[in-house]
Amino acid sequence: MSTLPPYFSVPERIWHYTFWIICVSVLFFLIFPLIVIIPLSFNEVPFFTFTKKMLAFDPDGYSLQWYNDFFTNLNWQGAVRNSVFIAFFATIIATFLGTLASLGLSRPNMPYRTLLMSLLISPMIVPLIISAAGMFFFYSRIGLQGTHLGVILAHAVLGTPFVVITVTATLSGFDNNLIRASQSLGATPTTTFFKVIVPLITPGVISGALFAFVTSFDEVVVVLFVGSYRQRTIPWQMFSGIREQISPTILAAATLLIVVTIALLTTLELLRRRTERLRGVTPS
Amino acid sequence: MEKIQENIVTADGIPLKISLARAQRRSKIVAFMMVFPLLVFIVVAFIGPIADMLLLSIDNSIVKKILPKSSEALQNWDEYSGELPGEAVFAAMVDEIKKAKAAKEHTRVGQRLNYESSGFSSLFRKAGRKVTKIKTPPFKEALIKTDKRWGEIYTWQVIKQNSSSYTEGYYLAALDFKRKFSSGNIESLESKDSIYLKLFFRTIVLSSLITFLTFVIGFPLSYMLSTVSTRISNILIIFVLLPFWTSLLVRTTSWIALLQQEGVINDFLVLVGFINEEGRLAMIHNATGTVVAMTHILLPFMILPLFSVMKTIPKSYVRAAISLGAHPWKAFWKVYFPNTGAGIGAGSILVFILAIGYYITPALVGGSSGTFISNRIAYHISSSLNWGLGSAIGVILLGIVLLFFVFYDRIVGINNMKLG
Repeated sequence: MSTLPPYFSVPERIWHYTFWIICVSVLFFLIFPLIVIIPLSFNEVPFFTFTKKMLAFDPDGYSLQWYNDFFTNLNWQGAVRNSVFIAFFATIIATFLGTLASLGLSRPNMPYRTLLMSLLISPMIVPLIISAAGMFFFYSRIGLQGTHLGVILAHAVLGTPFVVITVTATLSGFDNNLIRASQSLGATPTTTFFKVIVPLITPGVISGALFAFVTSFDEVVVVLFVGSYRQRTIPWQMFSGIREQISPTILAAATLLIVVTIALLTTLELLRRRTERLRGVTPS
Repeated sequence: MEKIQENIVTADGIPLKISLARAQRRSKIVAFMMVFPLLVFIVVAFIGPIADMLLLSIDNSIVKKILPKSSEALQNWDEYSGELPGEAVFAAMVDEIKKAKAAKEHTRVGQRLNYESSGFSSLFRKAGRKVTKIKTPPFKEALIKTDKRWGEIYTWQVIKQNSSSYTEGYYLAALDFKRKFSSGNIESLESKDSIYLKLFFRTIVLSSLITFLTFVIGFPLSYMLSTVSTRISNILIIFVLLPFWTSLLVRTTSWIALLQQEGVINDFLVLVGFINEEGRLAMIHNATGTVVAMTHILLPFMILPLFSVMKTIPKSYVRAAISLGAHPWKAFWKVYFPNTGAGIGAGSILVFILAIGYYITPALVGGSSGTFISNRIAYHISSSLNWGLGSAIGVILLGIVLLFFVFYDRIVGINNMKLG
């Protein structure tokens, strides 16, 4: 908060401070629910609130038992394995198909570009409950409901729009003269692809893949319908945990997820800077 | 000019024009081949299931499939004549219930017709048990003896009116209309019996409220972010991006921890003496819980588009207005605010579209007064197993979302969508 110009009148000063108070409250509203969950996950008793001991910072009021439960309980361990397994394969499918399609979409004189684009990103627009319902009916008829393959395919569908959007965005600033230059210097199309195109689009592909991974990792509506207990993911386990036996292990899982989120966000930010550097844009 | 162009040939002797057209066609084909695998994948794994759901919402083939001869025989019967169908219909029905019983399918017909009029499930189960004893005609008397409802014209009216392959019945039910089978007329339910219209209405009202709240809360912060220096805004934007990227379940869980009766906010209010132990506020498992949690969850979707538009508005506009004698408020309202229109439009439609399709948060914190129409879809899929009705509600919801998406496309453009 910089010092105010001396010519500001009293009402202007009052408004200035009121405005800052409003903004700080909004920032608090945004971040507080995420912060509050962290100390609660170290609770000694199975409550979702602060105990007197916790407020007094008595070490006895804190414990690691819910983390211990998270790392030993078979339900949660199965959920972690499923989440990583499903998200990994869904990401591979989404990234491969999405990147290939984006390269096609970004070529000059691509016919029906807008129509194709709206079809390809439609999984992002349709409400999840409707996608989940449609996939449930369809996949149960062809025997994919309640299988890992079914959930992986469903999650790959949900992830592709993110890959398409990020990669086409990276390619929108792509200078086609680079390809011409490479070809005129005698490079084969394959060499051009691996030596010129790939290095330039890699940051876009990685951030698209991260989006796809997070989409699958966080997704719960589709996995609730298309999957079953055997495909339970972390969000699935949290959802049924909140509905059935509420235990602070959910808070421990939530805290770990927040840590993962921070790591992902940092990666994305580093990638963004790298793209800008490669394109010669000074980071703003 | 044209002549000259045609005379130019490439090295292999083909006129340049033709050669260029060929090269361009090849390039188009290559481009399309690259998009093709994803297109097939999306069509098979996503568009197909949605189309399947569309069909499911009008599909009515069960009665016709399991009772084909009876359905056909019923076509010759005038359901408003005031008389029961003839012996031929009864004979066909008895025969087909026997067959269906053997294939264990008679309960499916009963279940299907039960959605239209309650009592059919038990009627067909009973008929399945007793019909095997009927060996000789007259079938009419024999079937009526198993249950006197077979002697009611209404029963046959319901069967006849559901014996075609397609039905609008699920859509009627999803919009709180009811078909009077005795007259064939469509009537709307009385408002006390209305379920779905009320739920659609609540979903739209609460989503609008959430959209409005995200706007009121998000606008000042976006404005602040766009006025401070880039270094500060890069740090403060983390406060927006972190919740944006955090799992939906995590955010919903933390609102449960905050809002519940024995939760953090109630405990705090009791501690500072604002309320007493008995007066703990009910902020969860009702509409309040849904609105508070969803406002928080959707807030980043309002702030990010607003911020990106506000960044591009030159500060000199407002300064010019003030230097020309406008009061700062007037300068803001007449000069700055109209410039943010695109951001407000994009953010509001985005939040609204996301809100009306929300399922998880209302299911966990909504109780009975804060659930949305999507919770009803889920109920029909996994609990009541009335898939037709669930699909019909889904298709209506999808229609509403697509309508709003057209507006979004007009404002933002599908090609300009950005993430993060």
